Amino acid sequence: MRVALFVPCYIDQLRPGVGLAALDVLEAFGFDVVFPEAQTCCGQPFLTAGESRSAKSLFHHYLDVFEDFDQIVTLSGSCAATVRCQLPNHVPGSRAKAIASHTFEFCEFLVAHDVASRNLGHFPHRVGLHASCHALRELGLGTPSELRHLGRPDPARSLLSSIQGLQLVDLTRSDECCGFGGVFSVEEEAVSCRMGLDRLADHQLAGSEVITSTDISCLFQLQGLGAKSQASGAPGFEFRMLHVAELLAESLAGITSQSTATQQENGGLHGTS
Amino acid sequence: MGHRERAREFVADVDRTRWHDQALWFVRSKRDQAADLVPDWEALRDQASAIKRSALTELPELWREFEEHATAAGTVVHWARDAHEHNEIVAGLLRDRSVRHVVKSKSMLTEECGLNSYLEAEGIEVIDTDLGERIVQLRGEPPSHIVMPAIHLQRAEIGELFAKEMGSAPDLDDPTELTDVARRDLRDRFLKAEAGLTGINFAIAETGGFVVVTNEGNADLGTALPGLHIASVGLEKIIPQQKDLAPFLRLLARSATGQAITTYTSHFRGPRPRSTQELHVVIVDNGRSQLLGRPAFREALGCIRCGACLNTCPVYRRSGGHSYSATIPGPIGSVLETSRDPATHAELPHACSLCGSCTDVCPVRIPLHHQLLAWRGELALSGHHPAWRRFSLNLVAWLFVRPTMYRLLGRFARGIGRRLPPTLREDLLPAWTRQRHLPTIPKSSFRELYRERQRQPKRPRPQAQPRPRHERNG
Repeated sequence: MRVALFVPCYIDQLRPGVGLAALDVLEAFGFDVVFPEAQTCCGQPFLTAGESRSAKSLFHHYLDVFEDFDQIVTLSGSCAATVRCQLPNHVPGSRAKAIASHTFEFCEFLVAHDVASRNLGHFPHRVGLHASCHALRELGLGTPSELRHLGRPDPARSLLSSIQGLQLVDLTRSDECCGFGGVFSVEEEAVSCRMGLDRLADHQLAGSEVITSTDISCLFQLQGLGAKSQASGAPGFEFRMLHVAELLAESLAGITSQSTATQQENGGLHGTS
Repeated sequence: MGHRERAREFVADVDRTRWHDQALWFVRSKRDQAADLVPDWEALRDQASAIKRSALTELPELWREFEEHATAAGTVVHWARDAHEHNEIVAGLLRDRSVRHVVKSKSMLTEECGLNSYLEAEGIEVIDTDLGERIVQLRGEPPSHIVMPAIHLQRAEIGELFAKEMGSAPDLDDPTELTDVARRDLRDRFLKAEAGLTGINFAIAETGGFVVVTNEGNADLGTALPGLHIASVGLEKIIPQQKDLAPFLRLLARSATGQAITTYTSHFRGPRPRSTQELHVVIVDNGRSQLLGRPAFREALGCIRCGACLNTCPVYRRSGGHSYSATIPGPIGSVLETSRDPATHAELPHACSLCGSCTDVCPVRIPLHHQLLAWRGELALSGHHPAWRRFSLNLVAWLFVRPTMYRLLGRFARGIGRRLPPTLREDLLPAWTRQRHLPTIPKSSFRELYRERQRQPKRPRPQAQPRPRHERNG
């Protein structure tokens, strides 16, 4: 099956390893992956900053780039939510609706194609899943704690639970926001950092070795906070932070005993840098 | 000073921030459990939201119906265009009857109108009788929460305050004993009051009656003794029929505190029978009809003031109610207060990480975080965002719709970033780097690595094998 990969701009520029890992994983399961090179950004940073007109120009750009694809996989729940839930409100018409509805979050896409029932390899670590607010509450991937009576399935959790040896930890607050929130992280710096530090403390209490998420932007926030608080002599937060795609690629690589060197060279962050 | 700076001050006290967060999280968890025990919770939210949405389209008819039935029952109905008119109506009623002492149960509307200071300027003593409100009144502060006005204070601080104001033992911090001190102090004031003021939770068009809910019974005590009861109500608080109360009363206390129902649900319909008591209702607009005219934000008028969005908000829990510097804090306050006065509250729609939890807990399904997002757009267009912020964001967007520019800009920025000494690099972005390291900047972007990867001969890729049957679902 032909699949277009949408690599969010911050992954493209700051953590390319996530994109390579996703290519490896998708190809391992037989998908024919195309990366349309004209792609840039989904428009979310501009929308959440209040610049709707700029966001709209990027929405049109997204639609032009991905027009010819029936399946668009993106490596961020947040970007997928922007495209699927916000874009059609700003760009009217059936074309926009169709392209938006063909955009999927990475884990959601894999689980929809029954990948969770395949051999996903071995990853013998205690893993904390950081819920991305937009995957959870906009896309409805998983059940927010405040709506637990709904019992919605969580694709990222399904994939992780299918990996041998992987132990998912129980967090005190399973879905509290990390405090990133785009421009919020710098404009409301004090609260944003407090939110992130609270998440790290929760993972520490739960005994996470690895923190994983569908959204690497949340992990940039946690990674940056953990590293700096450690450098300043505060309680050390030593976690590996991996996008689910990176974790899966690493776990799958074990099957063919292929080296994960490629991922490590290209920005796979290990511990606190 | 805006929300950011006030929040920074609050967060600086790490211990206080922690227990404030935990106290409110505890309330939210109780809400979750209570909601969980109602099998048709989501249907209830649908029902309540539909009643409110429909009521908001027929406010003139509903209030006329209310006025007709209320008047027939002996209630006097007043109409106030704004806060000043409201205060003047209330003050006039008190003046005409030479009232000097007033007790008031909790009403966010009278907070919004600044009624207390208005009456005090006329020499009328106003005593807030809700325990939390009494505490903040004695401290000379506004409430920090719409349901739990003194949630920002610890027991010891209240003990100190009571020692100073009520002469209790100086180191009292037992909640029962503290409540007892306040009760004894308030009892005399209830007896002395010549008028009782309340808010209204739900006005009912069909009957001309209304409902006030409290946990302390202070609204009942405050209106049962004096000869004058004045109830103030916002234009949005009307529901068509008595039977419409059911979904709201089931939702309100559960959403607010996790209780199945408030301790007191008091129904008023005309003045006390066989008495000389007067009952006056003051219906207040104060900007509500303008909000009604804005389809993007209209649904916010459906708010029943349960406070669930405050309790779940990760920003509110860590910045405290006073950081919003508004009558109503938290997500719903950020929507309503910005509508009332965009220039003053332009930072509030940004005091939000857009996590969306407020929308999930709202019993009347106000799309709070989407309204906050919409407000950001409105504020940018109406000139409430700094020009340099708008210019730089729009410049970046202009570059980003041009893939070549985007690629070159990315390469240029990464190149600079990698060459700068790490400390200088961090100094350039202080808002991020005061507490956070920057991510490691890679040499190549994904698209550059992708090109390389495509040029290489197909190397063997890990091929996932179907999992042996016995290992599935493991």
